[in-house]
Amino acid sequence: MARTITPAPTPAPTTLTAPPTAKRGIDTRRQTIWIWAFLTPTLVLYGLYTLYPIVASYWYSLVEWNGFSSGQRFVGIANYRAVLADPAFWSSVKITLVFMLLVAPARILLSLLLAMVLNSPRLPLRNLFRTVYFLPVVTTTAIVGVVMQFVFDPASGPFTAFLKMLGAKGGVDFLGDSGTALVTAAAVYVWKFFGITMVYWLAALQTIPNELNEAARIDGAGAFQSFRYVTLPLLAPFLLIITVLTVEDTFHAFDLMQTMTGGGPFFSTEIIEIYIYRWAFSASIPQLGFASAAAVLFGVFVMVVGALQAWALVVARRSRKELS
Amino acid sequence: MNATLGARLLRRAPWWGVVLLLAVLAVVWVYPFVWMVSASLKSSLEVFTAGLKIVPDDFAWENYSRAWTDANFGRYMVNTVILTVSTVAIVVVRCALAGYVLGRYGFRGKKVILAVLVATLFVPTGYTIIPIVKLSMELNLLNSLTGMILALSGAANVSAILIYAGYFRQLPKELEEAATVDGAGFGRVFFRIMLPLSMPVTATVALLTFLATWNAFFLPLVFSFSDPDLRTLSVGMQAFVGENATDWSGMAAAGVISILPIVALFLFLQRYFVEGIAGAVKS
Repeated sequence: MARTITPAPTPAPTTLTAPPTAKRGIDTRRQTIWIWAFLTPTLVLYGLYTLYPIVASYWYSLVEWNGFSSGQRFVGIANYRAVLADPAFWSSVKITLVFMLLVAPARILLSLLLAMVLNSPRLPLRNLFRTVYFLPVVTTTAIVGVVMQFVFDPASGPFTAFLKMLGAKGGVDFLGDSGTALVTAAAVYVWKFFGITMVYWLAALQTIPNELNEAARIDGAGAFQSFRYVTLPLLAPFLLIITVLTVEDTFHAFDLMQTMTGGGPFFSTEIIEIYIYRWAFSASIPQLGFASAAAVLFGVFVMVVGALQAWALVVARRSRKELS
Repeated sequence: MNATLGARLLRRAPWWGVVLLLAVLAVVWVYPFVWMVSASLKSSLEVFTAGLKIVPDDFAWENYSRAWTDANFGRYMVNTVILTVSTVAIVVVRCALAGYVLGRYGFRGKKVILAVLVATLFVPTGYTIIPIVKLSMELNLLNSLTGMILALSGAANVSAILIYAGYFRQLPKELEEAATVDGAGFGRVFFRIMLPLSMPVTATVALLTFLATWNAFFLPLVFSFSDPDLRTLSVGMQAFVGENATDWSGMAAAGVISILPIVALFLFLQRYFVEGIAGAVKS
């Protein structure tokens, strides 16, 4: 079994005449078996834990169901009616969207700025800076969420101490005041995941040959002009991809929100995932059918946003082809 | 080209301004972690009164023993390591196998599989969690590490399959032709030639899965509701806050214990982390 295969003992490609068709039939059949054997682990695991849940959610959203071990009673679209009539659901949709609008532009545009600075080969210490700015990405989100509760503590957290040092009165409960909690959470989220977007941009910038910028400089273009006419057009396709990735990312804010604010105060940071969690897992009488209906609506919402972005991607690619 | 030293320094001056700005930003960036480490070594009283001071008066190492034994973080660490290592192993194997046949072979049903995978690329955990819990209960896997491992390795990483498929697709056809002439079968070609060749992809997938699993929260939270002994580090931290909201220094120590391994791994392998994530955009 330990025989190495690479040095071919019988080379002679001339002997590679087409095998008899009967044998080939067996070969392809055997190959097909192998192919499906290789796919089996994924079909089983992904089927059970991703595909089946997507489909099952639709069924669960049509039943009344008060606990995982209790029975289900078919109620049709009553759950959807109830969810859509619940102001708290619409509030969580709004909060999810506002959160996305706060987070995505900051992450996408500011990280581009930083990536361009860090991409310059003339910058001293640039590898150290890259490491530092990337560091929050690898840390556990749920733990960052807990730590931030203390960083922003109004009585003796370091953020308050810092504001007092600057001469502010202090005492603002940034995460505990419903007026500031969402913006503060968004700022923490931007800080936490800024490094990923920065690395995306660094990868994108690496695809731009340096000669192009040099040629532009020789032609008399300033830094801004060479950015506007050379870098920016070449980055456009990446802008779309990075926007898709970043926007989809903002729908996965459960870890941070649950550990930092738990959706509060007064539901002011209750994103849809927390709304679902509240009805399914932290209510005294769980409403699993109701929560499933909200989950299905959430899934549709994520899919619509994704489809819109995919459509934008296709349109942009097509117009690019027409230009060239 | 023979600029004097002064002129050269002057030309570089704007760069040093940028460096200064980046350095200030960098201090802000790592401050929460520095504060956490510092708080983990302060006495409970000092955490409340120290303000911005970083170096503690006395090093209160007992915070760590309190977190490790009394607050059970030793146990949570073991759970997290088991969960993470098993999930990485399963994800790497199943994604390599699936990526290989999807990237290299044409067969009936391939388009359907690819389309379904791409369509479910971004499914949020919040969407699938209720059926996953119900299913795990019926399989008698709720409240067990095995259940968590299977759920995490079944939900994660469509992108891993796509990365493997893309990598295997571009390998030259001659590789397996030569091996087939030598009499190597399908499985042998994969395990002896293709899998060893795909080491860079495997490293990327393993690292990204490691990161995602170590940091996972939603699923382990729900799976360990009725058995605190199954908590992972991130869930344990959440529970600790619920039970001991005033023990800041113990909590900070627990946070350091939870974050330290992943940060150490990152600093050790940072090139691969960054390249792995960058590869996701390029491809």
